[in-house]
Amino acid sequence: MKPAPFSYHAPSTLDAMLALLAEGGEDGKVIAGGQSLVPMMNFRLARPARLFDLNGVAELDFLRAEGGWLRIGALARHAAFHRPPCGGPTGALLAEVVRHIAHYPIRQRGTFAGSIAHADPASEWCLVAATLGAEIVARSRAGERRIGAGDFFLASLSTALRPDELIVEVRLPILDAGWRTGFCEFSRRVGDFGIAMTAVALRVESGVVREARIGVGGVEDHPARQPAAEQALVGQPVAARAFAAAADAVAGAVRPMEDLHADAAYRRHLARTTTRRALEQACAGSGS
Amino acid sequence: MADGPTRYIGMPHKRLEDRTLLTGGGRFAADLSAPGQLHMRVVRSPVAFGRLRSVDVREARRLPGVVAVWTFADVERIPPIQIRLTKIGGLEPYQQTVLARDYVRYVGDPVAAVFAEDPYVAEDAAELVFPEIEELPACISATEPPREFMPETLPGVSSEAACVTKAYGDLDAAFAAAHEVVELEVAVGRHTGVPLETRGALAEFDPAKGTLTMRGAAKVPHYNRGQVARMLDMPDEMVHLIQGHVGGGFGVRGELYPEDVLVCHAALRLKRPVKWVEDRQEHLMAANHSRDQSYRLRAAVDARGFILGLQAEVFSDQGGYVRTHGVTVPDLSAAMLPGPYLVPAYRADVHVRLTNKTPAGTYRAPGRYESTFARERLLDAIAHALGRDPVEVRRVNLIPRDRMPFDRGVDTLGTRVVYDSGDYALLLDKLLAYLDYDRLKQALAARRAAGEHVGFGLGYFVEKSGLGPADKAVISIDAEGMVEVVTGAASIGQGIETAMAQICAEVLEVPIERIRVVHGRTDRIDYGMGAFASRVTVMTGCAVKAAAEALLEKLAGAQVGTPASAEGWFRADHMTYPYGIHAAVVRVDPGTCAVHVERFVVAYDIGRAVNPMLVEGQIVGGAVQGIGGALFEEFVYDANGQPLVTTFGDYLMPTLAEVPPVEALVTEDAPATQNPLGVKGAGEAGINGAGAAIAAAVDDALGRPGAVTRLPVTPIRLHRLLGERD
Repeated sequence: MKPAPFSYHAPSTLDAMLALLAEGGEDGKVIAGGQSLVPMMNFRLARPARLFDLNGVAELDFLRAEGGWLRIGALARHAAFHRPPCGGPTGALLAEVVRHIAHYPIRQRGTFAGSIAHADPASEWCLVAATLGAEIVARSRAGERRIGAGDFFLASLSTALRPDELIVEVRLPILDAGWRTGFCEFSRRVGDFGIAMTAVALRVESGVVREARIGVGGVEDHPARQPAAEQALVGQPVAARAFAAAADAVAGAVRPMEDLHADAAYRRHLARTTTRRALEQACAGSGS
Repeated sequence: MADGPTRYIGMPHKRLEDRTLLTGGGRFAADLSAPGQLHMRVVRSPVAFGRLRSVDVREARRLPGVVAVWTFADVERIPPIQIRLTKIGGLEPYQQTVLARDYVRYVGDPVAAVFAEDPYVAEDAAELVFPEIEELPACISATEPPREFMPETLPGVSSEAACVTKAYGDLDAAFAAAHEVVELEVAVGRHTGVPLETRGALAEFDPAKGTLTMRGAAKVPHYNRGQVARMLDMPDEMVHLIQGHVGGGFGVRGELYPEDVLVCHAALRLKRPVKWVEDRQEHLMAANHSRDQSYRLRAAVDARGFILGLQAEVFSDQGGYVRTHGVTVPDLSAAMLPGPYLVPAYRADVHVRLTNKTPAGTYRAPGRYESTFARERLLDAIAHALGRDPVEVRRVNLIPRDRMPFDRGVDTLGTRVVYDSGDYALLLDKLLAYLDYDRLKQALAARRAAGEHVGFGLGYFVEKSGLGPADKAVISIDAEGMVEVVTGAASIGQGIETAMAQICAEVLEVPIERIRVVHGRTDRIDYGMGAFASRVTVMTGCAVKAAAEALLEKLAGAQVGTPASAEGWFRADHMTYPYGIHAAVVRVDPGTCAVHVERFVVAYDIGRAVNPMLVEGQIVGGAVQGIGGALFEEFVYDANGQPLVTTFGDYLMPTLAEVPPVEALVTEDAPATQNPLGVKGAGEAGINGAGAAIAAAVDDALGRPGAVTRLPVTPIRLHRLLGERD
């Protein structure tokens, strides 16, 4: 339970970090909170030759609402979301979701952007990013590019990020008051990796769903929106029957992973449940 | 004493241990260091079963900072680890050597040991040790037919190491007279006690004195001292084992393991202190596992559900080797299966089978967690078969008070099982009154009618405690009136300093603050049994009482301030038998297939409590572990014998969020008749019936009697169970 040898680098500016990545990104790893990387190194499942410590790059420690986006700097910790970081349904959703991420002490260290870069299939933040349509801002010495969440997550622990690139920021759209959000996750114990989870955002007018974003995580090798379920819901009145139809559509569309805690049939069953419950939560108290 | 003697026994005195622990003064194995120490890292087999052809250590030895790398050839003179408890003939071939000789028998089997200047280098070097293993098909089930244990080197030695049989009464007559025969097949999964502190040791050789000292001892320091001395060919008195703070034992920590012997041997051979701290992944593969038993039960019952005869065939998965516990778990399973019921005719055959999993040993309520689950599932099945209430069927079978003491007709751990005292029907009545049982049943029925899946279940059990043969204590008082109680018991976190001090204070009539309790040190007392089998309060407690009384006698008429010392012994031929009932209310969420424990109640007759607060603490902690085994914890292996559960990411112990506040209903209606304090043990009260109660409650919640046949009831299993009905 001791890591293999590595060299440690702690730049204090973004430029210095990008320079390190440019020369040694292939066999190096960026560390911020170390939530997943440190255990993987201690198990010797990850053996980076170099470790680039982001924590000294103060310019990336920000979290602010700006121009319709929530801008999440690379050093923003999970704990920063314990209270809504912005108003409206986006802020409410984030404050709800964060309670499902690991445990309180871990949330003090782990970062939002680190979760996005790591791309665990059961990452709550990856699911939120996919569902809301986040923009991932990646920078290298060659420049900056913005990658939509739908193009960013490729597979389990695999993203579109290049070895010389750093996620400097993740941007989430701030939904207006016409939207409602909901989230439901099932894990074996509080704080465990979710076996299935659903995040939803619905724009509802006069009791009818006008737009729907439904994302499922923990079920397939990366979190993704569920077009069939979204289509099943749009145009429908907010009601249990419509939720059940959307949940069935999710269950029919997903191709679940299998592991020790869940086979495909059980994960499918869970995805149906978390979807139905996330929709119910989004519309709870809406009077319909 | 102006106010008359202060009472200590029976009072919820705060733990004397806690000030040090709460202020960060604890010294656990990993906290210990010695100048110039080396660090040991064990290289473990990556395959479950195979012929070990060679171990290439050349590259590892070349790594800077590495002092030594050992394989079996370096330790071939060290005999295998002997059996401490329940040693029966014929087990010798199954004992484990400290490093694998010619076969590896589980993933985690030690094949080499690296000694290096720091733990990082030791781990780097361990990666450079290359065992050449010819992999063989693994056996991962004790219900499969036996095979050869080590075919090439021990031809003809079967993987069934023993069959433990216990029987009495006329079983044929019972089945001939049966109104109905109820059959059942159930199993308890593989799980174990997982202490917060992993194993660890620091061994030092003092060349001036010629003594070897191992710190990090836990459960049975005196026994282990003798074994280390024997295995390393030293006189007993030149070896000392010393216990510091211990972060939990549960039967698992503190048995003699290969690593303990390796550390001691290395300190002697390398002439430097040697430290070893196990990591969690190693712990989950290398420290004793437990449970993992399958039961096939047949009961002959009359029309009321009275059991005329019970026949059991049990398969006990021993894992790769027979370790220090010998056949303790199978023996207790067979002896304790009849539990609190009369059962006039009985036979159990327990097959002890070696498989290619981590070796198994005892875990809190060994052989009882499993047998209680099987027996209570059977009682529920009988109730269902006859259309009778489960509580009433139990009542019909309970041993009546006027049959006490009750000779169970079997023996275990070398002593006849004679229930010394008990009023089983009374405890059942008290529990039902506490629960307001009829109203509880109505409330649950109403919730079920409203669409919820809620249910109630209980499990009745008899515990055992106070295993002999003897314990010793030495108490001395100095000129200032400070009292020292030296025991051979071990503290594994259960609060023995407090309990022993209370007993001493009560007898001597001195304030408890003046008493210091010593334990777990072979250099302070020549006899000690450590801490296991819920024996310390009974055995050590009575020895402390005897020593305190002897001291009083010596001091009679002496001047105040006269220093004095006295020793006391307590001997017991028979154990004492507390008993209890676990009751659970659970809710099943069909959407997630999760089981939520809403209420968990433990009714337990302790005979007499030395410290009710500590008793309650034991019960709550045990219940949490019991719920863990019922719903969460399981070591799963794939078909090749690869362990799939080797981290806390997959070995799921319940947290505060998964358990309700445990309600303890402790009674003192049946004091022990075999000891002067009237005390019985508390250590295993909280865990024994947890699997049984939760299984019954899940059945009830699903409205499907007999649905649960296997623990743990995981969501994936429940999903399959619910799917079967569609």
